[in-house]
Amino acid sequence: MSVQLEESPTTDGEVISNYTINFGPQHPAAHGVLRMVMELDGEIIERVDPHVGLLHRGTEKLIEHKTYLQALPYFDRLDYCSPLCQEHSYVLAIEKLLNLEVPERAQYLRVLFAELTRISNHMLNMGAHVLDVGAFTPNLWIMDLREDCMNFFERASGARMHSAWFRPGGVHQDVPEKLLVDIGEWLDNRFFQLFDDAMSLVIDNRIFKQRNVDIAVVSRDDAVAWGFSGPMIRAAGIPWDLRKSQPYDVYDRMDFDIPVGTNSDCYDRFMVRVAEIRQSARIIKQCLAEMPQGPIASEDGKVSPPKRGEMKQSMESLIHHFKLYTEGFHVPAGEVYVATESPKGEFGVYLVSDGTNKPYRCKIRPTAFSHLQAMDMMCKGHMLPDATAILGAIDVVFGECDR
Amino acid sequence: MSVVHSAPKFASNDGVIETLSSALGSAILSAQGQHGEVLLTVQRDTIVDTLRALRDDHDYQQMMEIAGVDFPERAERFEVVYMLLSLTKNHRIMVKLSTDEATPVPSITGLWPNAGWLEREVFDLYGVLFAGNNDLRRILTDYGFEGHPFRKDFPLTGYTELRYSEEEKRVVYEPVELAQDLRQFDFLSPWEGGDYVLPGDEKADGPPDVDKPKVTEGPKDTGAGPKAEKKAAEDTPADPPAMDEPGKKEDDK
Repeated sequence: MSVQLEESPTTDGEVISNYTINFGPQHPAAHGVLRMVMELDGEIIERVDPHVGLLHRGTEKLIEHKTYLQALPYFDRLDYCSPLCQEHSYVLAIEKLLNLEVPERAQYLRVLFAELTRISNHMLNMGAHVLDVGAFTPNLWIMDLREDCMNFFERASGARMHSAWFRPGGVHQDVPEKLLVDIGEWLDNRFFQLFDDAMSLVIDNRIFKQRNVDIAVVSRDDAVAWGFSGPMIRAAGIPWDLRKSQPYDVYDRMDFDIPVGTNSDCYDRFMVRVAEIRQSARIIKQCLAEMPQGPIASEDGKVSPPKRGEMKQSMESLIHHFKLYTEGFHVPAGEVYVATESPKGEFGVYLVSDGTNKPYRCKIRPTAFSHLQAMDMMCKGHMLPDATAILGAIDVVFGECDR
Repeated sequence: MSVVHSAPKFASNDGVIETLSSALGSAILSAQGQHGEVLLTVQRDTIVDTLRALRDDHDYQQMMEIAGVDFPERAERFEVVYMLLSLTKNHRIMVKLSTDEATPVPSITGLWPNAGWLEREVFDLYGVLFAGNNDLRRILTDYGFEGHPFRKDFPLTGYTELRYSEEEKRVVYEPVELAQDLRQFDFLSPWEGGDYVLPGDEKADGPPDVDKPKVTEGPKDTGAGPKAEKKAAEDTPADPPAMDEPGKKEDDK
């Protein structure tokens, strides 16, 4: 399409045609390595063609060559902003094939740390989102809270980001009681003071609203048809949350609400995340209050390894340990698709087992694929700077999108 | 078998297979429910009609995922699996079909717009063709990539590697050169069904004669006798072997 600007004094009657620009792959607002080929009419976006795959590492192929346990750390490296939630889908898929019972304390610990991961993920996303639309300070403030979460992960697993802490049958190690106490105190005395302070700068801010309200409105029908999930579908007014509708671990015992949006724009997506953080804090408090004592991994010696002390004393444990860390455990043949509510939406694992110690096929369903695919539909007719707000509200991480 | 795992619990599968089998009729080749999942295998050519019926008549509103699987030993080596989700019935099913390298699968981009990229991914990684998808470009692999990397016969290390060339001032493609062979350890127990010859077994004439029990009734069965006694007596050293003196070199002896 071309526009004849006959009256324009600047063009002298020249014909201005659409032009195409590259947004990314090296762009601070692209949230990683996203290349978007944009066709612009002036500053209005006519067409967006996102090119993904610049971070493709062949994770699924690598997993086919590893045992079930060796494949686990790859999940931390998919969506590196919410590592434990990715592990959650994978261990639940293995447990579903094995029909393996997980002790109660381990289920509580997993839920607790999945919610802590949700908080830390939303801290990063919301900070980046406000940064993309021009506000600098809130990001610095809530990044501090993300750092606190990182410290909690480090105290539980020894690693700040790539925890590899959820294991088939439970979790790797028990947490010290002091850590649970500290998490409770952090929520009571520190978290909400800082968070509310940071949000007071953003949520009623005139500039923030101008950049987000009524941007990328997606109807309910479109949200369903495009396969939206997580905050993206909830912002469209559909109260769909896998933690509530398809509960796993001890989510069915938790008392929490599903926040939904009314307008289905970028502002609603942001506000759904703000409300979700409060619900996550509620879940964490319930976990802390109700968590029983007991084992933290399955008692089945054929799946979960023995304690180190036990291994030094018992021949049987030594054999189990050796077999688990060389051959690994065998998973019955079959196929399952297990999806959990990761902070970004439905994160699924389609696991095909042929009965050996390695997965035959492990297909990962990234949350970003459906959302990013709708970029063209959401951006059409908006201004170029709106693309960064839309991208920020999707909450896309390329480690997971490209796998 | 009772369910003890804590994976996501959705609406019951009871009666779902019967309902769908009778509603969809001959399109369904087989239906099975195992590990708590409902899995329908359908004819390739009817996939669009089947999925449209599942979406419109059976309330599976969302298509969350398309997965490819490669079984090189089969005549139709690829499986394409569609994961459907019903928001209203709170239920999931999987629908699968099989195809080979040359036969295209009807595209479902007309039913769900998000099928576009998912089909592109299966095409990119497995080489499955989708008839009716008008944007079947590669999606995850590099621009100008050759081959379909997730096929089981594609090596894990690939064929080409990239490096930045200081001379040419750009990134260059080269054949893969591994400083050390890719090590693939086989940890499967040989006595639990490994179908290969164990090291050393190739020297044996055949499987041992297990029907004939081994006995030690005469000296010839054990090797005992005068010959063995003589051999045992002749080279028993009276003194312990001489030790090298420390600090003395080999040539000084």
